[in-house]
Amino acid sequence: MLILECPYCGVKAEETELAPGGEAHLKRFGPGSPDEDFEAYMFARKNPKGVHFERWRHAYGCGKWFLAARCTATLEVFGTYPAQTTEPPADIVAKIMAKRPDWKGYK
Amino acid sequence: MSTRLAKGGRLIDRAAPQDFTFNGKRLRGFKGDTLAAALLANDQMLVGRSFKYHRPRGIVASGAEEPNALVNMGEGGRFEPNQRTTTTELFDGLTCTSQNHFPSLEFDIGVLNNYAARFLPAGFYYKTFIHPRAAWKHVFEPIIRQSAGLGKVPKDRDADRYEQAYAFCDLLITGGGIAGLQAALTAGKAGKRVWLMEQTAHWGGRAPVDGVEIDGTPAEAWVKNAVQALEAMENVTMRLRCMAAGSYDHGYVLADEKVADHTPGDGRPRHRLWRIRAGQIIAATGAIERPLSFAGNDIPGVMLAAAMRDYLVNWAVAPGDRTVVVTNNDDAYRTAIALKEAGLEVPVILDARATVTGDLPAKARALGIRVEAGKAIAKVKGGKRVTSVAICAQAGQGAVLEEIACDAVAMSGGWSPVVHLWSHCGGKLNWDAAQAHFAPDPARPPLNHDGSALVVTAGAASGVLLAGDVLANATAAAGGDVAPVASGPVEAAMEPVWVMPQGATIDLRMKMWLDYQNDVKVSDVQLAAREGYSSVEHTKRYTTLGMATDQGKLSNINGLAVLADSLSSPIPQVGTTTFRPPYTPVTFGALAGEARGDIFQPLRQTPIHAWHEAHNAYFEPVGLWRRPYCYPRPGETHEQAVHREVVNTRTNVGLLDASTLGKIIVKGPDAGKFLDMLYTNVMSNLGIGKCRYGLMCSEQGFLSDDGVVARIDEDTWLCHTTSGGADRIHAWMEDWLQCEWWDWQVYTANVTEQFAQIAVVGPNARKVLEKLGGMDVSKEALPFMQWADGEMGGFRVRAYRISFSGELSYEIAVPASEGRAFWDALVTAGAEFGMMPYGTEGLHVLRAEKGFIMIGDETDGTVIPQDLNLGWAISKKKADYLGKRGQERPFLASPDRWKLVGLETLDGSVIPDGSIAPAPGTNANGQRNTQGRVTSTYYSPTLKRGIAMGLVKGGLSRVGETIEMTRLDGSTLQVKIVDPVFYDKEGEKQNV
Amino acid sequence: MSKVASALGGARYDGFAHVREIGPLGMISLRAKPDVTGLAEAVTAVTGCPLPAQRRVELAGGNVAGWMSPDEYLLIVPYDGVKAALATLAEKLAGQHHLAVDVSDARAVFRIEGDKAAEVLMKLAPVDHATLEPGELRRSRAAQVAAAFWQQDGGYTLVCFRSVAGYVMGLLRHSAQSGAELF
Repeated sequence: MLILECPYCGVKAEETELAPGGEAHLKRFGPGSPDEDFEAYMFARKNPKGVHFERWRHAYGCGKWFLAARCTATLEVFGTYPAQTTEPPADIVAKIMAKRPDWKGYK
Repeated sequence: MSTRLAKGGRLIDRAAPQDFTFNGKRLRGFKGDTLAAALLANDQMLVGRSFKYHRPRGIVASGAEEPNALVNMGEGGRFEPNQRTTTTELFDGLTCTSQNHFPSLEFDIGVLNNYAARFLPAGFYYKTFIHPRAAWKHVFEPIIRQSAGLGKVPKDRDADRYEQAYAFCDLLITGGGIAGLQAALTAGKAGKRVWLMEQTAHWGGRAPVDGVEIDGTPAEAWVKNAVQALEAMENVTMRLRCMAAGSYDHGYVLADEKVADHTPGDGRPRHRLWRIRAGQIIAATGAIERPLSFAGNDIPGVMLAAAMRDYLVNWAVAPGDRTVVVTNNDDAYRTAIALKEAGLEVPVILDARATVTGDLPAKARALGIRVEAGKAIAKVKGGKRVTSVAICAQAGQGAVLEEIACDAVAMSGGWSPVVHLWSHCGGKLNWDAAQAHFAPDPARPPLNHDGSALVVTAGAASGVLLAGDVLANATAAAGGDVAPVASGPVEAAMEPVWVMPQGATIDLRMKMWLDYQNDVKVSDVQLAAREGYSSVEHTKRYTTLGMATDQGKLSNINGLAVLADSLSSPIPQVGTTTFRPPYTPVTFGALAGEARGDIFQPLRQTPIHAWHEAHNAYFEPVGLWRRPYCYPRPGETHEQAVHREVVNTRTNVGLLDASTLGKIIVKGPDAGKFLDMLYTNVMSNLGIGKCRYGLMCSEQGFLSDDGVVARIDEDTWLCHTTSGGADRIHAWMEDWLQCEWWDWQVYTANVTEQFAQIAVVGPNARKVLEKLGGMDVSKEALPFMQWADGEMGGFRVRAYRISFSGELSYEIAVPASEGRAFWDALVTAGAEFGMMPYGTEGLHVLRAEKGFIMIGDETDGTVIPQDLNLGWAISKKKADYLGKRGQERPFLASPDRWKLVGLETLDGSVIPDGSIAPAPGTNANGQRNTQGRVTSTYYSPTLKRGIAMGLVKGGLSRVGETIEMTRLDGSTLQVKIVDPVFYDKEGEKQNV
Repeated sequence: MSKVASALGGARYDGFAHVREIGPLGMISLRAKPDVTGLAEAVTAVTGCPLPAQRRVELAGGNVAGWMSPDEYLLIVPYDGVKAALATLAEKLAGQHHLAVDVSDARAVFRIEGDKAAEVLMKLAPVDHATLEPGELRRSRAAQVAAAFWQQDGGYTLVCFRSVAGYVMGLLRHSAQSGAELF
């Protein structure tokens, strides 16, 4: 039962107020895109034991989608940030690097 | 015999006698007793029968670890099996019965298993019930089911109520012994928001029983002062009778508060489940004494040494007149001393250690108690009660040196920290060889959201057992530096003893119980090891060691030590089994909380619900909505009612509560562009005042929802969704707007519940509305697939000319608060036109007759619109829409795809639901090939024959063919492929 | 008989706290970003309240303006005043991207009153009341459904969807029973 702070309303929301949305920072591929790109967009999901970026919706709160960086093994949360972000913010990346020196980056 | 002493008992109130019954026998105890203490005070040592061998069993422990003394508590709506007498507070009028015997506790026929014990070893079930194969289902399983399970299942509805509550704190301290109190004092003074909980009804834990002195005062007085000091702190919340059941991610803890177990029927909730979020958890959960494994260690009268001391000091109950103490440590001497000082006999203390030094043995000797070093119990004699013990050397094979008469045995095999809350969420353990127990490894704690230690242990739970160490450890755990000083005797080191005597023969080992509740013996674990079970987790499951309701609180360490010995492996290498919540069983009522009866789940009701109920509606669930399926009249079956409703709608006029239909407002300069992405067809060019049917697909291209879209004004559209789809589609829209196209100027609002929407359907529909009076609803003023705002019978309405039945049809929306009044007005206006309400099943039949698809019937997440002949609703011009790329995948264009057709039997009968069409040959898995299936099938009262829709390979290109379909029972029928529109193919009726 | 009916017709329950269904109230869901020109003036014109900041609720007489999300506000006015309020909003926000929609009938509203009113909510919503400030609007869930509540007039006002009003009344009744006080 995670607690994630919603970056929009500032509520430290427990998991029962949230809805999960899978992996974050996916790029959409539309009509005419190569099969490999579409396959990656649709089906290829990371499932790391360690640092992971996820989509969450504050479903029972302000209704906004946000992104979270956390460790799937220890459940440590490195930070949450707005969904209108195309890649992990520098401060969160720096925090992860400090705590997980072996981390290879989000791509 | 076991008796109440004339004096003493720190927890009982002798002025408040409490009457209770056990197996119908009227007994008396005192306020403050546990049920176990009261039973012992009445010489009721035999309290149950064991699970497998039905051996007589007595009370072993004094707390949550008790494996034997489980009873059926209460009667009727308050009946509950498997209640531990050691944690049940006595109250006046308590009734209980013993479990697991037939016909009676004293004479139990199941004890025959005991004599056959040699033939019921570990893994007996797996070895025995394999052949012949059919026998499992018809012979073995019914017999095993008959004898399996502890206690009886409650038959009546629970008479009590339960609730849950959320709590938040900086620090949750579980355990109200001196460690927990000291941690709470430390953190409380530091200003932290503290919750302190204790599973029993008393603060202080073991220290007052053990005669500890703290800061020069008796522990009892120190505890009293500590509790007073804590009660005076506003930042500290204290709860008795509150058991922390489990710890979970990010400081989530479930705790079961037994609010009214001891005061049944007083109007309070029986249990309250606290759902706590703690910044940090201090587990001050103490330690549990281990039994010793000697032959006959399960005979009633054999108890844990500390438990016997509890009964003596707390409740003035002496479990025996002559008690032999057997131990591998100094602590058990406290029991011998307490018994002696209470005037009871202690014929001998058998100490497995070769040399016995230390203050406590010296004091025992000084009191004249015989102390035998290096000695052990060869065997306890007795049946339903201990009669004597045979003594032997611990070092030997069990040759009897002497037999000593006694009626009780106090045993102590050392202490194991209660590490459950530490381990539940990932804390790791170290093996402490000196104390022969697993203790938390502070270097590997469970982690919190910020990577810090989520749980720390305090006191005995950390593996420190002496009072002074306990207080110092607890102070440090709470971040303090000045601990109270406790004084007590110096204790010599314990010595691990896993089997007594060390070289016991198989005859003895077959009578050494490890797990009392599941009847697992030393010989069973050794057999498992010989048969190749080297993993402790496998051995647990094979032997059932530690799998009973006590979850091995007494047996796990002893069992894994025996396993390690059998495997010649070190204990830490064998490891422990996993600790899982709950710590002790939590009643289902508490887990359900308020969610039972009417509020089991949130059933959604339309504003017209009460009318449906009053008119005998038979309801069906649609998501969480309850919608009328049909309105049976007296003497009508549901099927007859549906047929009547359909026929009446086709010939006169029907009334449908369509309020559940999803309604989402989409507005903004980019709303048209957005809807063009969302729907497969074009919505941006829809004229104001017009309606258009649209399809929504997932990114894979599969059909997800459908509905009619209305253009409200220049930048506003209203999207209707399916009844079950409103929340999902609204969330889908928001997902795209927030996460992909966040620069588009579009706002959405889910206004589903703002409106009651009522469909007036059938040839007389217009007449009804005209009777109601108001806005012009003529064909010219309000043509098919248009909408208009207006006034109707004095109501503000929005009327849509849309049809899901093929009939002349209006869907009229009014504010929900006026929905019931508007429905009533329609019912009145429609009376003279033969109007009847119809339900969802009628709606289904009407739409199936017209060949209209239903999301969830014709779709299942693998169907694209093209499969349903809905290619006309897919824009070829648009560069992009959600699902377009998915639909470009070649396999979705295959001519072999299953596509929508109509189906009908040759004889007019109804094709059964679930029928499939087999095809020649088999697939790669050897299964029969198929070429289609039925998706919707009904009796059409309009056409007076069965009609169906289905997905069939090749689709409409095969119209006219007859294929074979298989019913669920395997029989076959001949089915003709036809056009899916069965009624009014030209659509003349709806456009009038 | 008025044709306008609240979800539960003003149901009441008296336990250790007092629960009653009120309404219908006039409610408007206003979606706009806070930097929209004239937004604060429009909200004040309709409710008499200033534009609420993050998680705040502003009260003026019986009117309410609550912050629901970074681009959503809940405005409460008399039930009969919604049409005029929507007209005012349309006028004040003309030309600005926004959505103002009547949700008066889509909601049920409850009052929970008494010294221990907060304890009723503590049983239903995973909300830390010690950190809930006066004047804070909290959106959360009440057991299994969405709900929003705030302190008002010495008690709490709770808003939920109309279709689950019966369920929420059942929750409140269960949680407010005498003998079930938490502290």
